[in-house]
Amino acid sequence: MPTSKKFMYLNRRAPYGTIYAWESLEVVLIGAAFDQEVSLMFADDGVYQLVKGSDPSEAEMKNFLATYRTLGDYGVRHMFVHQASLEARGLTQADLIEVAWEDLDTEQEVDNIVEVVDTDQAACLIAESEVVFSF
Amino acid sequence: MKLAIQVNEGPYQHQASDSAYHFAKAALEKGHEVCRVFFYHDGVYNGSRLTTPPQDDRNVVARWVDLAEAYDLDLVLCVAAAQRRGLVDDGEAKRNAKDATNIAPRFRISGLGQLVEAAILADRLVVFGD
Repeated sequence: MPTSKKFMYLNRRAPYGTIYAWESLEVVLIGAAFDQEVSLMFADDGVYQLVKGSDPSEAEMKNFLATYRTLGDYGVRHMFVHQASLEARGLTQADLIEVAWEDLDTEQEVDNIVEVVDTDQAACLIAESEVVFSF
Repeated sequence: MKLAIQVNEGPYQHQASDSAYHFAKAALEKGHEVCRVFFYHDGVYNGSRLTTPPQDDRNVVARWVDLAEAYDLDLVLCVAAAQRRGLVDDGEAKRNAKDATNIAPRFRISGLGQLVEAAILADRLVVFGD
């Protein structure tokens, strides 16, 4: 197997209504076994995937918000959120969950790997990635 | 160039599988390699051998099978997506005590690791979705 590649998971859909968000998350979880350099990008309705306090239990949907909080343990190093998509939906970073990350080898810690980026930065980050999974 | 292809939508409702097929066929005819076609989400429905489109329409499933025959393509349905949607091969039927199978020839059912591995091995992953 070649050395590690820069993986980007691009999430553009709401967490419920369709299965894309959940099945995207399943790839991220499985993909952790491959030790790649992994970032996630949330844009368009995808920003809703990280909104705090969502509860789909009355709709009998599985609540997987907690799974995003564990992504630091699955080798995810960055979770970028597209600023204009947030603003268009009346949201700010304060509405989003925080995801902590710790490098178990070096004990380096990051309190929150969720980072809001502007359109130019988002475009750059996607362009720099070697593999873009689009959901 | 070595290509991996991901198909995220089922046949007929969306054009994604058609586009993926035409892309794969053109790439192969130009001498490129397609190391795997991975069917995810409703894309797994592309692997049902029970699909019976009207005679004056294209047969999306049969086209994939023919292309796989001609170029020895690796057509993989995601196991988790297939289980949710009732796509079953012999192994899955036995494991989950189902009374029938419906997978088309040349397709196989395997894990998401096959998608990640293909993305690593290929020069490009090309995703076809809605």
